[in-house]
Amino acid sequence: MFIKPYGDTLDDGAVQLSFTLPVACGGRAKEGARQYVLKLGFRHAEIVHAHPLSPEFTFFVAYARTDIALDYSKVEYAEAVDKSMTMDQVNDYIRANFKRKLVVIGACTGTDAHTVGIDAIMNMKGYNHHFGLERYPMIEALNLGSQVPNERLLELARRHKADAVLVSQIVTQKDVHIHNLTNLIELAEAEKLRDKLVMVIGGPRVNNKLAKELGYDAGFGAGTYAEDVATFIVKKLSRTLLKK
Amino acid sequence: MPAIKSRLGLSKSKIAGARALAAKIAAPVQKYIERHTTVTVERATLRLLGADGADKDGVPVPNIVVAQCGEAAAGGAARTYINALVKRSSTTEQLNEEIAAGLDITAIPAADEKQIKARASDLVERLDARISGNVKFRRERLAEWKDAEKSPLIYVIVATGNIYEDVKQARAAALQGADIVAVIRTTAQSLLDYVPYGATTEGFGGTYATQENFRVMRKALDEVAAQERRYIRLVNYCSGLCMPEIAAMGALERLDMMLNDSMYGILFRDINMYRTFTDQYFSRMINAAAGITINTGEDNYLTTSDAIEKAHTVLASQFINERFAFNAGMPAGLMGLGHAFEIDPATKNGFLYEYAQALMAREIFPVHPLKYMPPTKFMTGDIFKGYAMNTLFNFVSKATGQSIELLGMLTEAIHTPYLQDRYLAIASARYVHENIAGFSSEIEFRKGGVIRKRAARVLDETVAMLREVEKAGIFDAIERGMFAEVKRPKDGGKGFDGVFEKAPGYWNPAEDYLRRRLKITR
Ligand code: B12
Repeated sequence: MFIKPYGDTLDDGAVQLSFTLPVACGGRAKEGARQYVLKLGFRHAEIVHAHPLSPEFTFFVAYARTDIALDYSKVEYAEAVDKSMTMDQVNDYIRANFKRKLVVIGACTGTDAHTVGIDAIMNMKGYNHHFGLERYPMIEALNLGSQVPNERLLELARRHKADAVLVSQIVTQKDVHIHNLTNLIELAEAEKLRDKLVMVIGGPRVNNKLAKELGYDAGFGAGTYAEDVATFIVKKLSRTLLKK
Repeated sequence: MPAIKSRLGLSKSKIAGARALAAKIAAPVQKYIERHTTVTVERATLRLLGADGADKDGVPVPNIVVAQCGEAAAGGAARTYINALVKRSSTTEQLNEEIAAGLDITAIPAADEKQIKARASDLVERLDARISGNVKFRRERLAEWKDAEKSPLIYVIVATGNIYEDVKQARAAALQGADIVAVIRTTAQSLLDYVPYGATTEGFGGTYATQENFRVMRKALDEVAAQERRYIRLVNYCSGLCMPEIAAMGALERLDMMLNDSMYGILFRDINMYRTFTDQYFSRMINAAAGITINTGEDNYLTTSDAIEKAHTVLASQFINERFAFNAGMPAGLMGLGHAFEIDPATKNGFLYEYAQALMAREIFPVHPLKYMPPTKFMTGDIFKGYAMNTLFNFVSKATGQSIELLGMLTEAIHTPYLQDRYLAIASARYVHENIAGFSSEIEFRKGGVIRKRAARVLDETVAMLREVEKAGIFDAIERGMFAEVKRPKDGGKGFDGVFEKAPGYWNPAEDYLRRRLKITR
């Protein structure tokens, strides 16, 4: 199945763009912008708005059409969970399958100082009327906060015999999150902890695909709730237990 | 600032009561402050007197001197520095170079006391000339270009990490209509116990605050200002472990505004509370003397907690910030108390609550140049919705007479602003400001309506909170997590080892000068 962007007619390939070029505003700038859009592979381009940002820069809004189509049947992406259980279902599931509380440790690690995301997942109050893991009677949740060194997260995971580790990464400039997450996986492997833990990442600029590439079990993006992660963790743990 | 007649019908006696509580809360802290100094207060003092430069490893001269003094810094590092100037009969420039090259000035024998005092008054005179010159320059430009001055002032941020790149962005923003440019600091500079030296071209999420970077940006903004015939204000961050030093650099280089909060460092950067309180005092005296408007950080309470539930923590903090600033000799006209538009956009009547909160701040702090912060927490990758949210924010800002408006960026949830993001923000703000110019004088609010009731309730909750803080004492209140839901132990946090009880005979000619200038009596 080949797909193209949709404006108002199927396969019209309509795309809207906005960008800045380092040139003074004027007719030549607009023509330059139009030609540039064509160079990007668009078939038809129209500059509908141009405005000077300074004597050296101009902002453009463009509409363009493309002939390029994508074979959607070849696109692969697996969500970490298809359908999330509710908080009660998760607790029942743990009672039925593990007969003990699960231990989950979370932190925003490295230099990242953002706590709101991991708090949304872990703290009692939760987020958007979805309770956090601390509320789950069958989960022992420990939230270490932000700027936690990877070493410390793993040390505490070992001490508390954690079943799962949750890592939040919000800052992604200059790929700091990639470096930090890679470092954590390497540490976990060196300390022979990787196989003992479900390792999950989250943040607005990460997803399940990136998580897998970096060697994690799952990744969650914007709009995640505690029950999504909890569902993933319990399912994953029960699969590992069954294998043993 | 236009005087706005009360539309909320807030209780005058409750407001006065809240102010009285804030004064009681600050009093014991002020006693503590007067008896203490810190490494950065001493370094700021040295900077004001002329210490500058760095050694080959980048250690700044003020740090070298304070480290050389060791425990003796508790008597005031200025004495050691000035003693060396007298004994070696050198200029500050010569001495700075010698210190950077390895000279130990604590080994220099004591000079005659009279000569030390005489040299100190020369240095203070030079300092006064510099600060007064800056104040005068700013006042004259503002008077000359008065007609270009609009309200609220449009505030934007640049944050490329490279000061020369920042200059390009700042210039473009000023040409588009920005009145205020803030250079965001690089991540974690607030936790450095020194101020880096020289121009910098690498930073992460922001640009280093250095005196040379201040100078580079100041010059660029002055050039656009002259061209536009509109004064462009420069802002930096006077927070973290070097609060007073950044204030000193700002005073010398004519910054116009400084982010400067009495508790931000404690709550949001885990800096020791005694350190922060002592540092904020000295930094605010410097800011006040240099006519620098401070911007307090109440918006942070709302990015970490719910903006409806915790609205009163903002007002409580504003009262406390106001009191600490008064204690440092700062006039209300320099107190840019902060607040923010951070209610969940899914809230029914959220706009009315925002309106109530903003108007309440304006009525309670009538002459203060309030600093209003845009939606950030609920901004998402949906830049179109974000643009709509910012439009409502612009509306409240203008309609309630805010003074300093930090513009929201449609890409807030994605990256630090692109050139075009800033343009779009300024375009929306100017459109709204012009279109509703006369709105605020046209409307009144219904007695018993949502807006009046909301404001009254937040004020009540604020008074209750201040009462609790007063009962506990602010040190204990912070320890127990009464602010921003974070608990900070008294002896915990960074920088506690840099706090000293002042030794008998403590001498600080820069502080004496500031007190004189600001007419603060002991
Ligand atoms: C609040 C905030 C701050 C506060 C943080 C307060 C706190 N205690 O957390 C303060 C002011 C301290 C701050 C500082 C900085 N910030 Co900030 N901040 C934000 C802001 C406005 C909101 C973030 C937020 O709270 N979102 C709400 C939560 C609920 O959403 P969330 O984090 O996405 O979390 C959800 C999901 O992602 C997921 N999730 C998150 N973590 C995890 C973990 C797991 C395991 C799972 C399963 C799910 C999950 O679930 C959550 C709920 O659905 C964003 C802009 C924005 N709107 O996103 C910028 C933003 C994130 N900050 C940014 C920057 C650059 C900084 C600074 C570097 C600025 C500077 N120069 O100093 C510093 C960083 C300091 C540091 N060392 O990290 C940039 C990041 C750009 C990037 N992509 O790299 C942003 C995008 C703003 C911008 N446009 O510049 N910031």
